Order: sequence, then C-alpha cells, then structure tokens
Amino acid sequence: MAEIEKKLFLQVCDIKKSYGHVEALRGVDLDVYTREILAIVGDNGAGKSTLIKTLAGVIAPDGGKIIVEGQAYDKLNPRQALDLGISTVYQDLSLVNCRDIATNIFLGREPVKYKLFVDKKKMVQEAVALFEQLNINIPSIHAQVGQLSGGQRQGVAVARAIKFGGKLLVFDEPTAAMGVQETEAALSLISSLGKQGYAVIIISHNLHQVFSLAQRICVIRQGRVVDTVATADVTPNQVVSLITGAAQVPA
Amino acid sequence: MEEKTLKHFISKYYSQLLLTAVLLILGIVLSCKTPYFLTWANCYNILDQTSIDIILALGMVFVISSAGIDLSIGSTMAFSGIIMAFAMKAGIPVWGSLALGLPIGILMGACIGLLVSGLNLNPLVITLGFMSIGRGMALILTKSSPIFGFPNAFKFLGSGHIGPINFPILMALILVILSCALLNVTKWGYYALALGGNDEAVRRAGISVWKYRTSIYIFCGLMAAIAGMITIARLNCADPLAGWMVETDAIAAVVLGGASLSGGKGSILGTILACLVLGTLDNGLILLAIPSYYQKLLCGIIIILALVSTELRSRKEPKSVG
Repeated sequence: MAEIEKKLFLQVCDIKKSYGHVEALRGVDLDVYTREILAIVGDNGAGKSTLIKTLAGVIAPDGGKIIVEGQAYDKLNPRQALDLGISTVYQDLSLVNCRDIATNIFLGREPVKYKLFVDKKKMVQEAVALFEQLNINIPSIHAQVGQLSGGQRQGVAVARAIKFGGKLLVFDEPTAAMGVQETEAALSLISSLGKQGYAVIIISHNLHQVFSLAQRICVIRQGRVVDTVATADVTPNQVVSLITGAAQVPA
Repeated sequence: MEEKTLKHFISKYYSQLLLTAVLLILGIVLSCKTPYFLTWANCYNILDQTSIDIILALGMVFVISSAGIDLSIGSTMAFSGIIMAFAMKAGIPVWGSLALGLPIGILMGACIGLLVSGLNLNPLVITLGFMSIGRGMALILTKSSPIFGFPNAFKFLGSGHIGPINFPILMALILVILSCALLNVTKWGYYALALGGNDEAVRRAGISVWKYRTSIYIFCGLMAAIAGMITIARLNCADPLAGWMVETDAIAAVVLGGASLSGGKGSILGTILACLVLGTLDNGLILLAIPSYYQKLLCGIIIILALVSTELRSRKEPKSVG
C-alpha cells in the first residue's frame, strides 16, 4: 500500500438512476484513483453495469455528480467520456459484428488521409501491431467480428479500449467468455495496466480474480455502495457476506 | 496477412458474381433470339431506361445498409418534379427552378431522418406516411393534372446528348462513382454500415447517431429529387403520379445486389448489376414481344429465386449471437 504517486482521478457523488419504479442506483459514492485497480462486486441486478454506464456517458443519471479531475458534471455523453479519458469494455462488447476487426478497433476514431478518405491501410497495420503487442490470437485481421469466438471478440473489445486508453479503463466482466489461457493473458494485461499508471475499474463475479488483481473492492447491493474495502484487509468470505447482505464489516 | 483464396473471393462477392452470370446468360440468350439486342442503339436504350432506377437505388443502398428503409422516394420524385415545373411555369429560370425543386428531396429526407433517429420511430411506418404526404402534395398542387412544356435548357437534363451518351446516363455514372467512394472509403459510409450492424455500439463509440442517420435519409431524398428532375425533363411533363411504385424496384435492386434488410451490408456494384439485370429483362421481353403482364410475373420470379439463393448461402456462413 505504498503507492505514493496514486492520485484521485474520478469521483462519483450521490449518483441516482431509476427505470420507472425500479431504482437501479440509489445514491452511489465512489472514488477512483490512478495506479490502482478497483473491483466493483455485487449480485446480479445490484447496479454495477448501470454505474459504469453512467461513467461512460451511455446512461444519463437522474441525480448526483461525476467529478473528473476536479471538474464536475451532471452527466456525460459518450464522446465527452472518451475525450476525458474514460474507456469502457462493455459486457455486451459493443462491437459491430458485420464489420472487420480493424474497422471495429477504430470505430469513431478512423485515421483519415486527404481530410476525406478513411486510411484503411494504416488501420490494418496498427491493428496487427496492437494484437501482436497484446498477444491476442485472431484468425485474420480481415475477419468479420461476427465470425470470431466469444473470447476472441472480448479480446477485440479489450484491445480497442487499450488502444485508445486515456486514463481510466473500465472492464465489465472482461473474461466471461474467455478460455483458460485467454483469461490468464487478459488478467495479466489488466494487472499491468494498473502498474503502468492507469486507473482501472473491473467488474467481476469471480472473487478469485478480484482478490488477485484489485487493491480495493467496492461492494454494491441494491443500488447502494455497502462498503469499500482494501483487499489486504478482508477475506473472500467477508466480501461474500457483504454482497449477500449477511453481515457488515466495520469500516 | 491471409491469402485471398478463390473460395474466399466467391463467398465475398457472391451476389455480384451471380448477377454478372445472370446478366451474361440473359445477353447470350437474347442475342441468339433477336439480332437487334446487341446493337448500340438497344444497349444505349437499356442504359437510358436504367439510369433513373440506378440513381434511386443508390440512395436506397445507404438507407438499407444502415438498417432503414425509405418507401417515400416515388412520391418525393413526383413532389419535387411538380415544384420545378411550377417554378418554370412562373418564369423562374431553369437553375432557379432546380434550386427550388431539389431541396424538396432534402427536406423530405431531413423530416424522415429526424423522426426516425430523434424519436427512434420505425422507418417503415414513417416513410409510409411520407409516401402519402408527398403524393398528396403533388396531387393537391396540380389538382391531379400533369404540367406540360418546359424550356429547352431543362429538357436537356432528360435527353440532351454529351458525346455518345446522354445527360441521365452521365449523371448516373457520376453518382455511381460518388456513391462508391462514399460507401467504401469515407467515414460516412463506414458509419452507415456500422449503424446497420449495431447502432448502440456506434453511439457508445461517441458518434452522433442522429446526425449520420438523418444525413443518410437526406442523401436518399436528394437522389429521389434528381431522379424526379430527369423524369419530368425526359417526358417534358410533370405528372403528379410520376414514380409510382418505383420504391419497390429500388429496394429489390439493392437487396438483389447483396444488401441485407437487417442492415450492415450493402454493395454499390451489386446494386448497379441488379438494376441492369432488371432493365435488360424488361428490354428483352419487349424485344421478344412477350405481353407486359408476363414481364411482371417473370421479374417477380427472378427476384425471389435470386433472394432465396443468396439467403440460403448466407445461412451457411458462420454467424454469431449478441
């Protein structure tokens, strides 16, 4: 815990979001630091995905503030969030299946030549280099994303987030569809991102993963943050109790 | 980098290759049956007749690629044509009349695009509504009687010659090249296809979905207005019933050309080939003196056969969920 250089990147203050009568988030507070991996855990429907979608600007919260590097926002739009340096790997991946891998990696950020034409050659070259660097196996850079396996598609989504990394990388169940080897590779990648100075948020159901990766764990239950604990201070059983609501650990 | 095998090539360009084969077979059969078929005069005639269908289909390629549909292009054709005709009858010069008529297409497209993307409404229903609105406006303004007689400068746009070809063929050629570039090598084309594939992914990538969707319908509307201009210039007559049911031909050509109605796929080359196949078929049946009732029947059968073949093929390809 001797991370002196780590500094506050983003603060979530009292974020609320309802869908009709269902309150998905009932006032969530969260601090996110650079050089740290923060895990968000909670049962299905606890509000984890809704929370990170407000950070990504995909969902507009009903109330509360998002403070990024000292600047407060009521809500973000996807463009703003990306420009502020928040990259997200969504649970549903958000890939365009009928387009090829390079096109997906550069979606919305295509390099252009002569101010008009998409530079496909450059996209393909950079995408190939990126996959080599990240050690992600794909059959061909020209393959349509829809033809890839679940794990490979997650690899594409993770590669895209890292390529345009910014400052905060958010992973929503990044290894859910991956095989053993792919999971191992993805986790060591995420772990190295924290050391490189990125702020990282990871959502996972796998407590083993959470304990091996994260420095802090934020537990959400029924749209509220039940507790945020340092990984070193708790046991997996205590976290399970927090998730299910069986017990409270004194803060 | 993977090697491009023949199999890969065939599966990628299946629709285009199939249409080329059909076009060749049609050509061979027709030139055996009638010596007139393969003359320049007849080929020119086919190109001339097909040019309007091609222009309409070009707009439709982008709409269908983005998982939309536009049923209003026929009435946009008539509506914008009527406005041009009125303007010229009121003594406004030809360029001024075009400047009044062509924006009708842009306006119709903008209204459709904003309703479809802004309020997230079903394009089938919205454009069905605009199909009636456009036709209704054309009929109200003309009291349902056609307007005849335009200046020669305007008639040039329908039948004027530029070297060996006429203005409509040249216009179609220019728009084909433009559309090819737009669809394949610009962000606009990339986003049209991406919108058809997964519009939520496009939104999350920070791209303004409504802007791109609206501009796609505007492009389609403008193509319809250009087609309307050529039609009334060619006939020297602005008919409020012009372009009746042309949307079905345009949609058929785009889908035959390899696009998917669920979006994410579209080909300019395939669409042009499909227009030429349909045009050649019409022409050949006339040359063979087969009654026009049979033409409709045969066209329908060919469209269904081509679609079934393409669809069954695409089902064999690996697909994924989510």
